[in-house]
Amino acid sequence: MSPVLAVDNLSTWFDTEQGALKAVDEVSFQLYAGDTLGIVGESGCGKTVLSLSIMRLVPTPPGRYVSGQIKMNGLDLLSLSETEMRKVRGKSISMIFQEPMTSLNPVFRIGAQVSETIRLHQGCNRTESHQKAIEMLRLVGIEVPEKRINDYPHQLSGGMRQRVMIAMALACHPRLMLADEPTTALDVTIQAQILALINDLKREMGTSVILITHDLGVIAENAQHVAIMYAGKFVEYADVKDLFAHPLHPYTEGLLHSIPRIEGYYSRDKRLPIIPGVVPDLSRLPQGCRFQERCPDVMPICRDEEPALIGQSNPKRYVRCWKYQ
Amino acid sequence: MGKVIPNDTCDAGNINKMTSPLLDVHELHKSFPLQGGYFASSQEKCLAVQDVSLSLYEGETLGIVGESGCGKTTLARMLAHIEKPTAGEIRYRGQNIFNFDKKQLKAYRRKAQFIFQDPYASLNPRLTAGEIIAEPFTIHRRDLPQDIDSNLESIMKMVGLSRDQERRYPHEFSGGQRQRIGIARAIALRPEIIIADEPVSALDVSVQAQILNLLKDLQDEFNLTYIFISHDMGVIRFISDRIAVMYRGRIVEIASNQELFENPQHPYTRTLLDAVPRLDKGPQMKREYLNK
Ligand SMILES: Nc1ncnc2c1ncn2[C@@H]1O[C@H](COP(=O)(O)OP(=O)(O)OP(=O)(O)O)[C@@H](O)[C@H]1O
Ligand SMILES: Nc1ncnc2c1ncn2[C@@H]1O[C@H](COP(=O)(O)OP(=O)(O)O)[C@@H](O)[C@H]1O
Ligand code: SF4
Ligand SMILES: [Mg+2]
Ligand SMILES: [Mg+2]
Repeated sequence: MSPVLAVDNLSTWFDTEQGALKAVDEVSFQLYAGDTLGIVGESGCGKTVLSLSIMRLVPTPPGRYVSGQIKMNGLDLLSLSETEMRKVRGKSISMIFQEPMTSLNPVFRIGAQVSETIRLHQGCNRTESHQKAIEMLRLVGIEVPEKRINDYPHQLSGGMRQRVMIAMALACHPRLMLADEPTTALDVTIQAQILALINDLKREMGTSVILITHDLGVIAENAQHVAIMYAGKFVEYADVKDLFAHPLHPYTEGLLHSIPRIEGYYSRDKRLPIIPGVVPDLSRLPQGCRFQERCPDVMPICRDEEPALIGQSNPKRYVRCWKYQ
Repeated sequence: MGKVIPNDTCDAGNINKMTSPLLDVHELHKSFPLQGGYFASSQEKCLAVQDVSLSLYEGETLGIVGESGCGKTTLARMLAHIEKPTAGEIRYRGQNIFNFDKKQLKAYRRKAQFIFQDPYASLNPRLTAGEIIAEPFTIHRRDLPQDIDSNLESIMKMVGLSRDQERRYPHEFSGGQRQRIGIARAIALRPEIIIADEPVSALDVSVQAQILNLLKDLQDEFNLTYIFISHDMGVIRFISDRIAVMYRGRIVEIASNQELFENPQHPYTRTLLDAVPRLDKGPQMKREYLNK
């Protein structure tokens, strides 16, 4: 079976006053039909730029696709014309953006926006699309949708706006769904409903999903594979079960420790274990490993030379760390 | 639904239940008119907050959880006197805050500070970090207690910012740093109560952990009382002494942290807990990370 999406050695940089900002650097992965790849990483590590690259929506300039290929069902996306790419975007790939207001138009009622999307993608008439829009909004957990369709985006709570946008993305029936922190602003019950909807879409349409989130629990329950991204690079790639059972990269380990757990009881004086410091500036990266300043295991070689993403004895596991070379 | 009696048997923290509550919320209601298009009757309303009663005691952290749109922000905005209720009262040390005269209101605004969810949108982009943090001192310069520390450097240090960041503008900071600026501004005037509406929801887990630790440190240092709104049950578990669960505008359960997580009573609370995604097998604790 050939992959739906194959990203090979992709680098997307931005030209800035400080020089090249390496937002996505030498990223490779493959995604098969009906699979979900979870991507986890700190804000600014390049997750959104990676998904925008796949959609070919990175503003160029200042952005630049420096190297690599993105193939969707064999089609080389980076070499398509803008007109051809627009068709791919409308039909095969849809994206749930991190900031709902970027895909909702503030001057139109939400009902009009959802039914317009349905009309475009499912080829039905106005009355049908109106009914389907109400149904879709109900599915994503909007109550009294027949009333809410008359609301403008600013009249909804933040979580509701997010759900309207998700309804629009699902209505497109895409082959590939890029979900950039789709449920970060939502509470757990709604989050569970929305992830269930995305999973239905996977089952019924064979949609492949890239799920970007900082909630490792969401990844554990909804993805088959997971990539940990740090400062523009994948630092660990594994099957979900392996990653959570045995995190290898010191950054992955630190992330897993810093999450407050509902199983734990935290008395007043308890503090969470933290990863000290902040992510490095992507236009002023240190020589060597990008995690060296925050790593509890740093060794002399880490400051000299950057480790490569190396396959482990488990063939589906890759780690970028000198401890495992 | 009958009135919810706060669980007074809770063992949490150093709450002094002998004293009367700092804030007393009594049968609070808030409705918004629903936009139903041309033909909708104007009678229809969205009941954002319905019959909410609760007490907040000095030094405690009251967590508020609930689904999106259930009225958490609306409740918080009324507590902060940004929004007026349709009915009901909020009493601060026994007095209804909605009957305050101008002077009393100003004093209340100084005592009860707000931290917003969105560190991107809530800071004035035209002011430097230093100006943002110092602004409350200008606003309240006439009625500040003498012993208050208005030294910018020491306030910035308390929240983990350095002096040389004073002249930078909000867009030059990361999300976590912006939230630190918001926190610095909120604690500058030594408030009693901090109402935090999803203060860590927009942050990465690593930054979230740093900010949660910071909020606990500041609480210890200044004996702060927190109302902490979050939809993340793990965060609520970590920070709260008591927890109120909201569902469709109402509080359906209030209990101590341990009670709520170990013995949830209301079916909605159980639904919430069941819906929390789990890491199938927890990561093995190979090493004790140092705090800091
Ligand atoms: N200005 C307004 N006009 C009309 N309706 C409003 C307004 N503000 C809030 N609402 C409605 O009140 C209800 C509660 O909103 P609120 O913002 O308090 O929810 P929330 O619990 O904070 O949700 P979230 O977790 O999504 O932030 C929602 O149905 C919302 O649409
Ligand atoms: N249009 C742009 N111009 C310059 N730099 C950008 C642009 N968009 C993103 N970046 C930079 O690329 C890096 C990765 O950003 P992003 O992919 O949005 O991170 P995240 O992982 O939080 O989604 C950041 O350093 C960001 O500042
Ligand atoms: S390469 Fe070195 S600094 Fe980088 S993560 Fe591994 S041990 Fe730490
Ligand atoms: Mg992003
Ligand atoms: Mg809210």
